[in-house]
Amino acid sequence: MVSKPIQYVGGELNAVTKDWQDVTVHWALMYPDAYEVGAPNQGVQILYEVLNERSDALAERTYAVWPDLEALMRQHRVPQFTVDAHRALGDFDLIGMSFSTELGYTNMLTALDLAQFPVLAADRNDEHPIVVAGGHAAFNPEPIADFIDVAVLGDGEQAVCLITDIVGAWITAGKPGGRSQVLKDLARTGLLYVQSLYSVEYLPDGRIHRVTPVDADVPWRVSKHTVMDLDQWPYPKAPLVPLAETVHERMSVEIFRGCTRGCRFCQAGMITRPVRERSITGIADMIDNGLQRTGYEEVGLLSLSSADHSEIADLARNLADRYQGTETSLSLPSTRVDAFNVDLANELSRNGRRSGLTFAPEGGSERMRKVINKQVTEDDLIRTVTTAYAAGWRQVKLYFMCGLPTETDDDVLQIAQLAREVIRHGRQVTGRRDIRCTVSIGGFVPKPHTPFQWAAQLDHATTDSRLHKLRDAIRADREYGKAIGLRYHDGKPGIVEGLLSRGDRRVGPVILEAWRQGARFDGWSEHFSYDRWMTAAASALDGTGVDVDWFTIRERQQAEVLPWSHLDSGLDADWLWEDWQDALSEQGVDDCRWSPCFDCGVCDQMGTEIQVGPTGVVDLPMPSIAPSPVLAGGT
Amino acid sequence: MSRQAPVRDVVPAVQKLRIHYAKRGRLRFSSHRDFQRALERALRRCQIPMAYSQGFSPHPKISFANAVPTGVASEAEYVEIQVTALCDPVKVAQALNDSLPEGLDVVEVVEAHTADFIDRLQASLWRVELPDVSADQAASAISALLAADEVQVTRKTKNGLRTFDARGAIVSLESDSGDLGAEWTMSGSGCAILKAVTRHVTPSVRPDDLLSALRIVADLEPPTPPRVTRLAQGPLNLESASVDDPFVDDRAV
Repeated sequence: MVSKPIQYVGGELNAVTKDWQDVTVHWALMYPDAYEVGAPNQGVQILYEVLNERSDALAERTYAVWPDLEALMRQHRVPQFTVDAHRALGDFDLIGMSFSTELGYTNMLTALDLAQFPVLAADRNDEHPIVVAGGHAAFNPEPIADFIDVAVLGDGEQAVCLITDIVGAWITAGKPGGRSQVLKDLARTGLLYVQSLYSVEYLPDGRIHRVTPVDADVPWRVSKHTVMDLDQWPYPKAPLVPLAETVHERMSVEIFRGCTRGCRFCQAGMITRPVRERSITGIADMIDNGLQRTGYEEVGLLSLSSADHSEIADLARNLADRYQGTETSLSLPSTRVDAFNVDLANELSRNGRRSGLTFAPEGGSERMRKVINKQVTEDDLIRTVTTAYAAGWRQVKLYFMCGLPTETDDDVLQIAQLAREVIRHGRQVTGRRDIRCTVSIGGFVPKPHTPFQWAAQLDHATTDSRLHKLRDAIRADREYGKAIGLRYHDGKPGIVEGLLSRGDRRVGPVILEAWRQGARFDGWSEHFSYDRWMTAAASALDGTGVDVDWFTIRERQQAEVLPWSHLDSGLDADWLWEDWQDALSEQGVDDCRWSPCFDCGVCDQMGTEIQVGPTGVVDLPMPSIAPSPVLAGGT
Repeated sequence: MSRQAPVRDVVPAVQKLRIHYAKRGRLRFSSHRDFQRALERALRRCQIPMAYSQGFSPHPKISFANAVPTGVASEAEYVEIQVTALCDPVKVAQALNDSLPEGLDVVEVVEAHTADFIDRLQASLWRVELPDVSADQAASAISALLAADEVQVTRKTKNGLRTFDARGAIVSLESDSGDLGAEWTMSGSGCAILKAVTRHVTPSVRPDDLLSALRIVADLEPPTPPRVTRLAQGPLNLESASVDDPFVDDRAV
């Protein structure tokens, strides 16, 4: 039997299976990772509900199958199937792929191939589904241009409806003009990127010369989608509750979207602007309704920086009051370094289990934090963490990055110093020796549509050597070293991620070759093979004049046409460049929520605005709880 | 390492409820842990006033009895819960059934009036469908197995490979022929259906151990994966070689 068979059978609470014949447009939504990672994904759950609420459409879900099942499916010619009604992927009109990370690309190829249709878009015909990619990675979909038909930038709620409208009309009309016609219809909106309708020309030195539409009525630039007024989009209303264990055993409520803190490494913060808050009442209603429909005992308040919600303090207090005595806990994802956040965490965990606290200073030295625009001083950090220890938290996790632009060994070694100070102060205020601090370090990968999109990525050998020096420094510390945990990965996977993040269409054959040689589940260290990727790159890039180093550790100049230059995230290219120059001179930039606009360009370009509270609602009514219907006696 | 658990008002349990449930259809692929999570969430959705353990990480008071292996269906699984207010067992059964996914079905809930419930679960009745195995093949394999004094089988457990006797736990074993329909058989022909009563011993002898034993004594190698269901669990009735209802004593009060 395959491992954890429950992940393939569907039947989750709140899953929807609609009648196939009743609708015009059939979507299969895929999160191209294992079920345990994909099932909790908010993006997929939202689109699943939005589509299934439409009378003319249905959506089912599918996830990457593990190699043990893949082998059995190939042996018995079983196609990639959805977990909802166990239908073959080939039966659907549209396949929606959600890429939070580029490391899911090879899993997409496995799914398309198991679905028994060509992995290359150019080889597919009118009988095959249209493959649509979304998610943050789709802001540079050029490396997967060979495999997908359409890329969507930005929020998916309205985008999937736009696609459903266009494809539905085309199906109803008897598919006039075939696949090429509907792709053109989609491209003409200027909101959907159909890569086959754009051609890329290169300069002799390997850089891109220009990207041009192949047809007169296809627009030059493609724009991202922005959903305004989140209270109008309270999804997921009925979160899925898997039977299988997943990586997030809780319900999540997105309390706002977008972030304008301006951390320069952060692609999510750059591409999701502006900030749009859900109101305190909207959030409370989603939590109340969601808990009743799921039975979860933990609610995560999700966003890019949850403590920044304008009503977070009132929200935390109200929710803690509301769920007093119910063993329901509320949690924030990693928070900014701010003592206020400790109070908040105390309040949120009042009723339930108390896990660790996570802070993300990101840069080890004060200088580094200026470069990345994470404006936290060492004093802030120590004060915050000490407050947490004093409040009874025993375990604090600190998140950093290695390989940031201009970084030196010393910047990383200062992490050891910082962790040491944290423990020293913690022991002082608590009088205990059992407090711990875990330092978690990720390798920095420069991402498109950020000020660091021009930066050279740090090579993996230097990354590894810096991390080893840090490890040795912590180990050598007799007084505090034992209280400090260090978690890191080697630098090699980051190079592959960098290749896939900032690559262009010439990287497509590399992905295909790596997949043919067995690449699967590249986000999982036990499946990832750096050597396989490098071998694939060497053969697939042979004769192009460019190589992996060219895509990763090379710094770009302002004049270079980037693979995503024609894809509009709203960010003004000149502003991004200035911000990159400010980074190099260690200049900070403020948050436009509480200081004047600094012209990043998004609101002007997209016709959007910052939507933040407070709404003025300070106290939420307590929900009227009906007595339990199962009690003995009474009615 | 000392950690201080937060001080809470602990509400004592006032009633124990025993739940008889079934694991059917595709949800036979749910593991014991999968069911555990699903039940905890269903209890919360139904507002069953659960009693919680004390401590840093309070857990609802739920005791599970020998769960079937993942992939095996069951008509007879049992779990006991403790609640802080008197509940109507019929209403609890109804509410849980409405709340649990189809395939995890509550059959009956009784209030516990007796002790040592787990000890009453002495034996199981299994039904094993063997597609593409003829009734004759099965019957001769069974005779060979029953004729043996002991049959050592090896199974992977969480403590590594373990070898033990599978014959001793078998109280009865017989076969019949049936028709599962073309969907489940490669040949489209019939199948053999085994019915076995096994004693609960340590290490437990499960249906896959029976099949291993049949393979060892008679080379019976089903070409298609078998489908297994636990039909009953309860006190062993040695006279009739059958399994009795474990709720009888609770219902009698």
